[in-house]
Amino acid sequence: MALDEFFVTGEPLIYAGMVSIALVTSAIIFLLTYFKKWGWLWREWLTTVDHKKIGIMYILSALVMLFRGGADALMMRTQLAFPGLEFLDSQHYNEIFTTHGTVMIIFMAMPFLIGLMNIIVPLQIGARDFAFPFVNAVSFWAFFLGAMLFNISFVIGGSPDAGWTSYTPLAGAAMSPGPGQNFYLMGLQLSGIGTLATGINLMVTILKMRAPGMKLFHMPIFTWSTLVTCFIIVFAFPILTVALALMTIDRIFGAQFFTLTGEGLPMMWANLFWMWGHPEVYIVILPAFGIFSEVIATFAKKRLFGYNAMVWSMIIIALLSFLVWVHHFFTMGAGAFVNSVFSVSTMLIAVPTGVKIFNWLATLYKSRIEFTVPMLWSLAFIPSFILGGVTGVMLGMAAADYQFHNSYFLIAHFHYVLIAGTVFACFAGLVYWYPKMFGHKMNERIGKWAFWLFLIGFHICFFPQYFLGLDGMPRRLFITNIAEWLPLNVISTVGAFGMGAGFAVFVFNIYYSYRYSEREKTGDAWGHGRTLEWSTTTPVPFYNFATVPYVDEIDPYVRMKEEGKTTFDEKKLKPIHMPSYSGQPIIMMSFFALASFALVFEWIPLAIAGLLGGVACMAFRSFDYDDGYYVQVDEIKRTERKARGL
Amino acid sequence: MKFKPLPKWLGLLPLSLIIFLSGCGQMTVLNPKGPVAQSQYDLIMYSLWFMLGIIVVVFGLFLYMVVKYRDRPGRDESDYDPNLHGNTMIEIVWTVIPLIIIVLLSVPTVTTLFDLEEPPVTENQTTEEPLVIHATTADWKWFFSYPEQGIETVNYLHIPTDRPIEFKLTSADAMTALWIPALGGQKYNMAGMMTKLYLQADEEGVYDGRNSNFNGEGFAAQTFKVHAESEDNFNAWVEDIKNESPELTMDQYNELLKPGLTEKMSFSSTHLEYVQHHSNEGMGYTVERFRELYGEKLHLDADEVEHQETFD
Ligand code: HEM
Ligand SMILES: [Cu+2]
Repeated sequence: MALDEFFVTGEPLIYAGMVSIALVTSAIIFLLTYFKKWGWLWREWLTTVDHKKIGIMYILSALVMLFRGGADALMMRTQLAFPGLEFLDSQHYNEIFTTHGTVMIIFMAMPFLIGLMNIIVPLQIGARDFAFPFVNAVSFWAFFLGAMLFNISFVIGGSPDAGWTSYTPLAGAAMSPGPGQNFYLMGLQLSGIGTLATGINLMVTILKMRAPGMKLFHMPIFTWSTLVTCFIIVFAFPILTVALALMTIDRIFGAQFFTLTGEGLPMMWANLFWMWGHPEVYIVILPAFGIFSEVIATFAKKRLFGYNAMVWSMIIIALLSFLVWVHHFFTMGAGAFVNSVFSVSTMLIAVPTGVKIFNWLATLYKSRIEFTVPMLWSLAFIPSFILGGVTGVMLGMAAADYQFHNSYFLIAHFHYVLIAGTVFACFAGLVYWYPKMFGHKMNERIGKWAFWLFLIGFHICFFPQYFLGLDGMPRRLFITNIAEWLPLNVISTVGAFGMGAGFAVFVFNIYYSYRYSEREKTGDAWGHGRTLEWSTTTPVPFYNFATVPYVDEIDPYVRMKEEGKTTFDEKKLKPIHMPSYSGQPIIMMSFFALASFALVFEWIPLAIAGLLGGVACMAFRSFDYDDGYYVQVDEIKRTERKARGL
Repeated sequence: MKFKPLPKWLGLLPLSLIIFLSGCGQMTVLNPKGPVAQSQYDLIMYSLWFMLGIIVVVFGLFLYMVVKYRDRPGRDESDYDPNLHGNTMIEIVWTVIPLIIIVLLSVPTVTTLFDLEEPPVTENQTTEEPLVIHATTADWKWFFSYPEQGIETVNYLHIPTDRPIEFKLTSADAMTALWIPALGGQKYNMAGMMTKLYLQADEEGVYDGRNSNFNGEGFAAQTFKVHAESEDNFNAWVEDIKNESPELTMDQYNELLKPGLTEKMSFSSTHLEYVQHHSNEGMGYTVERFRELYGEKLHLDADEVEHQETFD
């Protein structure tokens, strides 16, 4: 393969991208070398198995991906508001909406939430780490390297351009030749395996490692949402894995599962994709619901209303989410009966969702609301999400969906649920638990600026899109070539830049707070913590809990505070068993990433070499008898006394 | 605690929705020109009332809670109840009411779904028999074949008013969808299959039609105009095409199947006897012949799409 085929050439925007990647990479390498930080990076981060550090790495990566996906979005919006500029041509636009969608769902929303789960779930249930800390590191590196593999596509080889749904036959080898689509397949495959492993890992952690006395129905609601999400992951992700593998075999080895030739079944892809894809949208919304529940209860200074109903509605949503996938292609012509069944099952999801909305409202009833930044994000979620929910129900009415499908009405719907739901929750969760992670809060004043800019920008951006859809504007159109569509598109673009500004302020706030925020002295940063994560000191010691409290109620930390109990009961101290750090996860996954990269370019020998390397690492690991070490009582005493100022 | 302004303008959203809706007689989907679009319009409007109701209730409750229960100096202690955490009665109410709404939405949805599988029946219909038109897509064009009339058009469509049209949809390559929002919702065209879509125009006029399902570079240019005209004018048009247009040869049809854009055309015969894209044998026809052409990029920009539009 000639070098000019390997690198993408001829696009000024992409040259700019290459230059900035080269600059940032050399800057990072320079700084690490100059400050002699390579060893620190390796010992403290790259080899870590500590769930808190892995969580932070997930969140950092997700923020970078949010930036990438956001840049894609702004480019698309610029093109649509100024069609005369000829900013992007059709091909370039198609690549951008494909990477935007994929990056946002797979490499932004999920890792952000998984990052928060990583940090918070063990703390909420009184565990000292994951059930399988080593696997947790493996998962992270699978996700991270998968994301990097997907992201280099725009400078090397060319980006995928068949949409995040990658429908066959369009995405097949015949109509989308070249490495672009392979980047999608291998990037998702690698990170998907990481997600599946995380699902199993967290599920076992929650089921087996809760504090003594803590029954399932004592668990904090965020932990519950994580558990339910893990079940969805474990049942849904294998479908994606298989679908991706089949398409890979089609494209690279010439099989004909989804092709037009050889009596392939192109619509089978659509079915498999959405059998995973619909549960996937609930994978990114249920944890968001969990975060909102925690934040709302904390800043309403009141117990969550209808705890049992909240849990059961999540379970019902999870079950229903596997029974509605056909609503993504009502227009396939499956017949009135099939569409009726899936219409009704789809609309039914609105019932448990509505129950949750009313429970949040009832939590506010007779409460005492404090408008902190996380609370603002959570409150704004309720009215904004409702607009996405009711339009979801309208889409679920199949006969009407024939008019909405593939239009901007649909685009507006899913951005209303995904942004007002998932993205608001990520921001709320990050700001809420920020002091637990970094030892200081984010500045509230700047945080409010970010919030209002983003919220107002969001509505200005997406509300007009409902009307564009009703006026017949299809999605994935690279040009606004019908004059009546232009005004609303311009408004929408203004809103998009508002959101961009909000995000910029948010990121600035991270820097500003790092420099100027007051450092936390207590573990209960907001003063109203209700669950166990707030009972630990800040910063959280690497073993989390010196002594694990006995829990037999919801919101145990409320009573602990009343009774003056802490997680440091000197009489009960025992040596703590902790896992050792290991370089194996990153090395193992690097081999698999190499194999994936080779498969993208269909370099089979290199792919085999990479796979063998990965398998060798796994073999090596199975003879690794290092099963951790003990933290001695003295050290625990020293650490806790220092942290508590005793 | 300093009181921060609430997202009050959020309350304006449902209002703006009403204003928008009153001013949107022009929006295509809400301005139906035939019985199919009409039945979908009716369903949308029916559902919209429920949605507005839900929005008003939730926004109302939300504003009430946020205003009344915000933490402010000198607030009455008696309306703060930190341990209130459930009430079976009210929880049953807010589960059952949504369930009832779902039932009320399901009934018309299901009946409309079954109705749409049959040709529409209206009073001013001229004949009972639907007019059959095969609508076939190939990257990035539309072929409309009229088997009864023995004619075929490319990238434009003529239909008589007041008569149901039975579209038989299929594709020569990627999956697409036929969407004429003024006349009704869309359905997919898929190679190896044939889907059926009934539409009908009650008013004469020229409507926008397009492929609404993304299928690659030329997607934006895969549009067509629908000329709905009286039965007589339609028949006259058919006669014209029959007498004046050339036959569509197999070679020319193959040429047209190659990925790319093309202008409007008409023929006095159809491609239907050459290849059946909806059959198992015909499914791979295009890809088998022109496989290497799909890799080539058009680098289509706005100008070229504009240019294509002028043919419509
Ligand atoms: C009240 C509950 C909901 C209902 C009834 C609902 C219904 C639907 C329906 C029927 C579609 C398909 C429309 C079409 O393609 O024509 C759809 C698409 C979609 N929904 Fe929802 N939805 C709901 C909630 C959610 C939530 C909570 C999320 C994610 C956070 C979500 C994310 C999406 C996405 C991403 C798509 C479109 C994907 C694509 O085509 O690219 N929805 N929804
Ligand atoms: Cu769905």
